[in-house]
Amino acid sequence: MKQLVILSGKGGTGKTTVAAALAHLASQELPLVLADADVDAANLELVLDPVRRETHDFTGGQVAVIETEACIACGRCAEVCRFDAVLRPSPALPDQRFAIDPLACEGCAACFYQCPAEAIRMAEQQDGQWFRSDTRFGPLFHAHLFAGRENSGKLVTLVKQQARLWALEAGAHLLLVDGPPGIGCPVIAAIAGADLALLVTEPTVSGAHDLERVLSIASHFGVPAAVAINKADLNPPRAEEIAAFCAGRDIEVVGRIPYDTAVTGAMVRGLPVTAVGDQAVGQALRAVWNLVRRRLAAAT
Amino acid sequence: MIVAIASGKGGTGKTTVAVSLALSLAQEGPLFLDCDVEEPNAALFLRPAIHERRQVGQRIPQVDLAACTFCGRCAEVCPYHAIAVVGRNVLVFPELCHGCGSCTLNCSPGAIDEVLNVTGVIERGRAGAVEFAQGTMNVGEPMAVPIIRQLKRWMIPPGERRRPIILDAPPGTSCPVVETMRGADFVLLVTEPTPFGLHDLRLAVEVARGELGLPVGVVVNRDGVGDQGVDEYCAAEGIPILLRIPHDRRIAEAYSEGAALVEALPEYGERFRALYAAIEEGWGR
Repeated sequence: MKQLVILSGKGGTGKTTVAAALAHLASQELPLVLADADVDAANLELVLDPVRRETHDFTGGQVAVIETEACIACGRCAEVCRFDAVLRPSPALPDQRFAIDPLACEGCAACFYQCPAEAIRMAEQQDGQWFRSDTRFGPLFHAHLFAGRENSGKLVTLVKQQARLWALEAGAHLLLVDGPPGIGCPVIAAIAGADLALLVTEPTVSGAHDLERVLSIASHFGVPAAVAINKADLNPPRAEEIAAFCAGRDIEVVGRIPYDTAVTGAMVRGLPVTAVGDQAVGQALRAVWNLVRRRLAAAT
Repeated sequence: MIVAIASGKGGTGKTTVAVSLALSLAQEGPLFLDCDVEEPNAALFLRPAIHERRQVGQRIPQVDLAACTFCGRCAEVCPYHAIAVVGRNVLVFPELCHGCGSCTLNCSPGAIDEVLNVTGVIERGRAGAVEFAQGTMNVGEPMAVPIIRQLKRWMIPPGERRRPIILDAPPGTSCPVVETMRGADFVLLVTEPTPFGLHDLRLAVEVARGELGLPVGVVVNRDGVGDQGVDEYCAAEGIPILLRIPHDRRIAEAYSEGAALVEALPEYGERFRALYAAIEEGWGR
């Protein structure tokens, strides 16, 4: 089984559009399993019409809780907390007590160990949920990290592990992972173990800048990369600059996808763009899939 | 006022709006912070001259093996498994360490010192009338939050509210976004009128208004490309749509070349000033 991850660095370059199209095209040729590794803002399900089969809770870490009755208001917790997570009572409000801001708390337990009154306990916190769903193209593993929570990398790892186990058991040939934007912990979790990273960029100064950083991530973790230039006709000279940059780094450009309002039209209808007629954008995505398939077959 | 520009979904135009807002408010001497430390892009548009640079990261433990009793207390109190005692040695895993200092506080022989583990850089300078600062996380590092926290502490004095302070947030809804929004007076959410835009706007509203209790308003970018979902949602939730930027190929082309929207289409200057005035009028202190 091969593992393909789709990344971009910059958000909004078309990762999910490309992922949905590749899922559609790949499913016509081989059995596959899908994983949405963007657990903050998971969008793949919006164009795959999934039917949810399993829902599980995700507990990422702990948060500190101050037991008000036991608290002697010494302020030691606020002194040791490096995350500004201890809310001190305002002198103007005599009824106010020490409290923890759960969004700022990183669960380090420094306050728990330092509290002389043993008034702090560490509580498990449910940080999100993960799901297994069925789609027309294969099973989808996805998740929802609750608003503002930490541990997105842990949740991505969990989603990928579950998807991988399922894929191995079902004899799937491909695990297709739609990645998150950026280069931080969820991206590092998404790229781990991939046979190929398909980097979706756009011909803008930001797209090119972010492509360089995400390419460095791929090479840092030893994952081979290929590039697809989305909305390539928006600024053809800049698209060629990106292609030349890739050539200089020995990175294959597996496609130039034209800008087309059909992409938004398909999204509004909840379909992959390759499933709505045969326009230039669909043809470009077919060409991307053919080259990606060849690269995956050659990967050892 | 401190205005955080966020979106949930990436690529909706956060940086476009943030940069144009700052440039339009030049007369008020705005401060601009690029808090997307994983992929900072605002400098490509503002082209600031950088005057000062600082290495940042978190303080990680350094163990003096001569003083260590190998009791294992440090490993026991570390919830991140970032420190381990193996025989007569202590291993530290910097990429797992959150820099909380709990191991140091719990080490009874006092064998732990802390050293800065550099994970990125923060920089400041000027772009014309705009005071500028940004953070950049080193490639391969997992944690953006400490860099954002140190960038904000460096640049925003407590109680500073006289001038506009514009924070360009990263995409998503998890901890780096929360760290950017904390302490803001208003969150301006940039979205596009598509199902992806709407889905992620809802999540961003949950963070900003739901979890942090901050007032929010919306900018609809590429207005006209998709459907009515964003308009209907905002009306139902009582969220004001403060600016609409129509879908316009000229804007996309200017962006692709690194030109700010208000540079390419100067008529937008007045609209961004009106946007800020509306925020101050409605939510200023």
